[in-house]
Amino acid sequence: METLISLDAWTKVWTFKSTFLLGFLTTLETALFAVMLSLCLGLLFGLMSTSGRKLPAAIARVYVEFIQNTPLLLQICFLYYAMSFSGHSISILASGIISIGVYHGAYMSEVIRAGIQSIPRGQFEAAKSQGFNYVGTMYYIILPQSIKIILPPMVNQVVNLIKNTSCLYIIGGSDLISITYSFVTGANTGGAHGPAYLVSGILFFIICFPLSMLASTWENNLKKRERLTVDKAKAQTVEAQEDL
Amino acid sequence: MEEWSASFDMLKNGAILIYILKGTLFTIIISTIAVLIGIVFGSVLALVRNYCHSPQYRIFRYAAIAYIEIFRNTPLLLWIFICVVFCPVPEIFAHRMFGLTTVETTLLFKASIALILFTSSVIAEIVRGGLNSVPAGQFEAAASQGFNVVQTMVYIVLPQAYRNVVPTLLSQVITTIKDSSYLANVATIELMSRVRQILSTANLYNGTGNINVSDVFVLYGCAAAIYFIINFALSLVVRHMQARRKAAASAYRTAAKAVGDAKA
Repeated sequence: METLISLDAWTKVWTFKSTFLLGFLTTLETALFAVMLSLCLGLLFGLMSTSGRKLPAAIARVYVEFIQNTPLLLQICFLYYAMSFSGHSISILASGIISIGVYHGAYMSEVIRAGIQSIPRGQFEAAKSQGFNYVGTMYYIILPQSIKIILPPMVNQVVNLIKNTSCLYIIGGSDLISITYSFVTGANTGGAHGPAYLVSGILFFIICFPLSMLASTWENNLKKRERLTVDKAKAQTVEAQEDL
Repeated sequence: MEEWSASFDMLKNGAILIYILKGTLFTIIISTIAVLIGIVFGSVLALVRNYCHSPQYRIFRYAAIAYIEIFRNTPLLLWIFICVVFCPVPEIFAHRMFGLTTVETTLLFKASIALILFTSSVIAEIVRGGLNSVPAGQFEAAASQGFNVVQTMVYIVLPQAYRNVVPTLLSQVITTIKDSSYLANVATIELMSRVRQILSTANLYNGTGNINVSDVFVLYGCAAAIYFIINFALSLVVRHMQARRKAAASAYRTAAKAVGDAKA
């Protein structure tokens, strides 16, 4: 704890600030590509599970259940070691992006499935009666309505994804947490525990906190609006009854 | 094909099997303890964050908000590393027990503290969701019956709040079991780290003299199966509860409607 106020430790961290910045950028890079991968997988499997056809829905179910019920750390180790021991070794960053993307893709697909299922059946039938095909129905009618339900939990998943980039440490990655750890245990730089952990904590916090705030604000606004609509509908029924 | 049978033979080795199963037990115990302490600590945090509005206690409310937000927005691994360095270990935990060495028990204690601290912040938000779902009329009714603040909370609000969040809490157990695998980064105690350790010395056990890709598949497949069985069973329980609740709610609505129609 005393290293927190030691000038010596803080100078050490300041001297190696570019190392921390590099780790931070690696974390952001991993998170960015993993988010893109997870969005693609989430959309694909979310649509598959709401398609109403048996086979795609079953495939999506198996994917989601299997990924959600095993730890991310196990998946990343499995991918990395299986590839490297079979002679097709891939880079640490690539295996991180793939496994984090696949892991959060399962969560994204559940979020998207819930969003699509919250739209009343009548909307699908109305779209069909107007001659929209599947893609048109989804693109013009269903997704625009469900996006406001989908977005808050999706942003929460992005926050979790950014936090989960720390799992790269187990296969020897160079993300922010791993760099911090090798910094505090390094031969030349060791000992500056307090400042180093504080800095990397703050770097994570300034990325994750605004995102989770955004998500909770959206969610609260959504709830408030729903309550208003319900109250309005109630008031209208009361009025209608009084008119009778 | 020889490699595969050699890898499967490893699982037939009694010592390895017991090593893995003990790791599973540790995983379950650590997660259960983390969730139980998390519920207590998280409830306190949630109550303070939700209801400490009076000016002289406002400082506690800000502290609770800061705690929850800081732990929710930083990775668990960071807290594990921090606790490994800074967390003090009381005397009773600093010796050999459960067949672990002193170093392992101290590491286990420190890492579990990190997991408990992290889990409490998540559970605090879950409990807060339950508290917010209790209608304001309940507080007013309790006040009109002469209950003081503590009585209102203990007898009226908290029971309803917990009932509402039981499924979410159970899914948090699943998340905690998965999160406990992060302990593999520092400690050699629970399932994930034990499997990793066996893999790194697989060449001594499988009889072929080197680590093959089949070992990766067999060992991690085994660990994945164990995690999957535990978590899938829990998630089935959660789904069953949610379905029952939904059915109960819709039955209530139908009954209320029937009563309304009968009156009309």
